[in-house]
Amino acid sequence: MTANLRFDPIRLPPECEMLRREVRAFIAAEVAAGTFDPNQPRYGDLHDRAFSRRVGARGWIGMTWPKKYGGHERSFLERYVVTEEFRVANAPVRLHFVADRQSGPILLKFAPEHVRMDILPRICRGELCFVIGMSEPGSGSDLFAAKTRATKTNGGWLINGSKIWTSNAHIADYMIGLFRTSPPTNENRRHGLTQFLVDMKTRGIKVNPIYQMTGEHDFNEVIFEDAFMPEDHVLGEIDGAWKQATSELAYERSGPERFLETLYVLIALVRALGPKPDLRSAEGLGRLVAQLHTLRRMSVSVSGMLQAGEEPVVEGSIVKDLGTVWERRLPARVRELAAFLEPETTNRASLEEQLAFATMIAPKLTIQGGTTEVLRGIIARGLGLR
Amino acid sequence: MSESGNIVAGTAARIFADLADPQTINRAENERWKVPLWQALVDAGLTLAWVPERHGGSGASVAEGFEILGVAGRFAAPVPLAETMLAGWLLSCAGIVSPAGVMTVAPARPRDRIVLEPDGTLSGCAHGVPFAQDAPHLAVVAHGAAPSIALVETSACRVADGRSLAGDALNVVTLDRATPIHIAPAPAEFDQTSLMLMGAVARSVETAGALEAILALTLRYANERIAFERPIAKFQAVQHNIARLAGEVAAAMTAAGSAADAIAHADIFDEAIFLETAAAKIRSAEAAEEGAAIAHQVHGAIGFTKEHILHRFTLRLLAWRDDFGDESHWATALGNRVAARGADEFWPLVASR
Repeated sequence: MTANLRFDPIRLPPECEMLRREVRAFIAAEVAAGTFDPNQPRYGDLHDRAFSRRVGARGWIGMTWPKKYGGHERSFLERYVVTEEFRVANAPVRLHFVADRQSGPILLKFAPEHVRMDILPRICRGELCFVIGMSEPGSGSDLFAAKTRATKTNGGWLINGSKIWTSNAHIADYMIGLFRTSPPTNENRRHGLTQFLVDMKTRGIKVNPIYQMTGEHDFNEVIFEDAFMPEDHVLGEIDGAWKQATSELAYERSGPERFLETLYVLIALVRALGPKPDLRSAEGLGRLVAQLHTLRRMSVSVSGMLQAGEEPVVEGSIVKDLGTVWERRLPARVRELAAFLEPETTNRASLEEQLAFATMIAPKLTIQGGTTEVLRGIIARGLGLR
Repeated sequence: MSESGNIVAGTAARIFADLADPQTINRAENERWKVPLWQALVDAGLTLAWVPERHGGSGASVAEGFEILGVAGRFAAPVPLAETMLAGWLLSCAGIVSPAGVMTVAPARPRDRIVLEPDGTLSGCAHGVPFAQDAPHLAVVAHGAAPSIALVETSACRVADGRSLAGDALNVVTLDRATPIHIAPAPAEFDQTSLMLMGAVARSVETAGALEAILALTLRYANERIAFERPIAKFQAVQHNIARLAGEVAAAMTAAGSAADAIAHADIFDEAIFLETAAAKIRSAEAAEEGAAIAHQVHGAIGFTKEHILHRFTLRLLAWRDDFGDESHWATALGNRVAARGADEFWPLVASR
């Protein structure tokens, strides 16, 4: 038995480098105008409606989508460049990021034409925020245990129950939610769930904040009480959502945001170490750079496979597993390497402030968007062990 | 992979499968099996793949040569194929015709130095030279007013007995005013680091190949071995260990493949090649360490026996970490370069590849 893993040495084509220069110039102008501070990681988790509209106006949301829906018909590799440059700069992309990465592609594939024509151009203009409604109090990694019901009614569906850990729900315009339309069958426990497009302004939807251990508000609980969904907001096959999720996972799991979320501490370390680090710091830094370079080459490779129309689910899961474990450990490694810096070193205070923030958010990195354990299960299945 | 790359890799795979099947050679009582294997590699033009046709080689591209080494890694074949290929490549860089037969290169470690004496002889000590005692000829990079490349008869040097972790010849070679057969100036921008870069990518590619092999062995074993009345592959703890092994294999494949691709398309060995190579050698060696440990853990006691072939791969994986610069060497050099460039140039360097 062979694993047949593939990671071709794909390079970003020349048009990407031109685009990269445009994005960097845009970011520099936004920083100069005071929109955000690249040395302040909290900005990466903020939303800024005006900023998202300016990003949309540059054509950097929905980049790969058809022009008739407001997209720009550019490649996944071009989108990759925009994503990584915004992530490394800690740009406040929160408002549009989920819609751009995964909600838009789901609508493109499964929404009726008039819904696509209505919503996708607004996503591309940076006007809409989406939230993912999957987890429930009794159903996290085990998605197929979802109980929140959608019951058939005249002209549509009534939703009752709750979703939890819904990032952005308090600012979101729409949710893509997973609801139970039938009980699971004995043959297939994944049967019976349906994806819906949910207008968050619908009567019967209530959003309660859940504060995180960092003091920030990102999570929410969303309560549905007889919330009415029109028939044309069903996405794809009724009871068959489980068939629709696989290719989406490769998009969600292999991007640069899956290993760059704490990169600022490494950049701050380089700044604090100065041009002549001691032997121990030099070696530690070199290893981290080698690991980072490798992760990025893996991630670009998966992006190239997506561009070629392939569905590298195992490879995408490997990138997220290695990438999130790396970014979670990074603050601890940087802390060790900074241990013998002189107390008065320039930039040390800034490094310590960023380390404190990265250390606090680190535990979430290997949980969000598919835990390490779930990913390893998917990899094991792909290798023929399950 | 290009079509021609596919063809040479296919040729190499057929030769190794026919003449260096790991099960068969692991049971062999002597090393006579090496003779037909080496002859087949020579006849197929693989040993001098990186030597141009006008110098008696087969003139394969750099990329094709790395395809061959990827296959050699998958068989963990204990023959000096990579070493002879590297020696042929090195000699060709200076326009020196390669002799027939086994060759190796010196120095094989970055801190060793061989110098060109004023009288035209060579002196110095090279540690950890793979297969030196099996090789009639050495290709040498020597320091002087400018770097030179030389072809030296091994009989003109002192070669101390030595073995790698995997039992392959690994020697300390001492040159004491040794007279080279040929010597020529190295091309512009070429020095000992160039040899270390090429050697490091070669070992990284072999490492990735051997890791692919131990993943395949481990998957097969986990699906066959029954414990507690079911295949051990059905235990989640085992599944997650093997998923981590696959991640390490994937990292090594990617890092080595990226560096091989970069070096195959490079005119000079610049800063970008340094990053690619250092990353490949560091990350593939880290993967070797972690991957070998997981493969042994899954195999249990049987994988620790002489009889089982797993050690043929894992011990070479661990041994190769030390050749052409270990992780600490490359990491320190890379870290110093990154620090010297400064924080603002850090991300642009990473994103340039």
